[in-house]
Amino acid sequence: MKKSSLFGLLALVIRRDLVLAMRRRADVLTTLIFFVMVVSLFPLGVGPEMDMLRKMAAGVLWVAALLSSMLSLGRLFSADYLDGTLEQMMLAPQSLSVLVLGKMAAHWMVSGLPLVLMAPVLGLQFDMPAEALGVLIISLLFGTPVLSMIGAIGAALTLGLRGGGVLLSLLVLPLCIPVLIFGTGAVEAVSTGLSATSHLSLLGALLVFALVFTPWVTAQALRISME
Amino acid sequence: MLEVSNLACSRGDHRLFSGLSFALHPGQIMQVQGANGSGKTSLLRTLCGFLMPDEGTINWRGKDTRELDEDYYAEVLYLGHLNAIKDELSALENLRISAGLSGIELDEKEALSALRRMGLRGRERLPTKVLSQGQRRRVALARLLVSDARLWILDEPLTALDVGAVALIQELVAEHLARQGMVIFTTHQPLEVAGVEMRGLSLS
Repeated sequence: MKKSSLFGLLALVIRRDLVLAMRRRADVLTTLIFFVMVVSLFPLGVGPEMDMLRKMAAGVLWVAALLSSMLSLGRLFSADYLDGTLEQMMLAPQSLSVLVLGKMAAHWMVSGLPLVLMAPVLGLQFDMPAEALGVLIISLLFGTPVLSMIGAIGAALTLGLRGGGVLLSLLVLPLCIPVLIFGTGAVEAVSTGLSATSHLSLLGALLVFALVFTPWVTAQALRISME
Repeated sequence: MLEVSNLACSRGDHRLFSGLSFALHPGQIMQVQGANGSGKTSLLRTLCGFLMPDEGTINWRGKDTRELDEDYYAEVLYLGHLNAIKDELSALENLRISAGLSGIELDEKEALSALRRMGLRGRERLPTKVLSQGQRRRVALARLLVSDARLWILDEPLTALDVGAVALIQELVAEHLARQGMVIFTTHQPLEVAGVEMRGLSLS
């Protein structure tokens, strides 16, 4: 028997959540399929006018990513809450924030990363130029982890509530607006010939800020929900 | 080592207990008694830090548990009404993960031998959703075998267990007490530990 370190515990939580996600593949696929469907419906609805599609591509992709990341948030803590694993996590020898960070990371790998990987294919549907596509991927890569982390706070606060899903969206979506603005702004800037650096830097700053504060805030919210 | 003084706890507007004081020293076992709804589970959850007491302090090795935080939790093993077991994972995976969460890395051999001692031979690699209620409880209780926690807080550990498993739990508790461990538990079934004085705490 060995004592596990901080990183050992972090890796354990991530690995556990990934294994569980693989055993419940339907949940993972729902998010991705929702994303693909929403994005694909727009060209059908608005019509095949190339100029218009190119203009709205970044916005559509970002809003779809935002909405589909909402879909899986409700499940982030609820299964662990219902079967008692959350109680055990609170008694872990490391700070609850570390375990929460692990859960956030796993959640992003399962629900955020597939969206980032899928985005270039969907971007082509909108005839996005290669340069804009590149910036879109980078902005999603910076932005989707922030969505998972902000969402985790909402998920922790609405844990065990009836009708928590709607409340969760009402709580989290307004907080995600800055991510949306800078994410689409970066792509917009490149398409109009400007540099995307400022927008991406701000997204990066948001990411760092979220990494530092959200695990702690989520851990506190979980403690409140457990009472 | 565990000192509780003047503890008061309420759920909603209802005061469950107040002015509760006791101390638990190494090698001692205490049974919390009381009717349904008298606050047994709430007391145990307060000791684990899940519930905030209205008043009073809980000290561990002379220090407030709220200040000790993780240092205290590392020495506590809590087994509640919920098994903390995932249906999708096998008994083996469940045990290794729950041990991991309490800070102990088990290799496969150690986990297998713990499960076999719990009477789960041949079922170690089945998904726990195909196991019976009692077998799932056994998977959860296997944590007692691999834990190095000093204080065991057991909430109704005997539910859904057969006679053989109850005897095994009594054996494990006796071993733990012999290692200078401490146990605080609730049960509505008789739990006898040979050679140890059973202390009682009545909530009314």
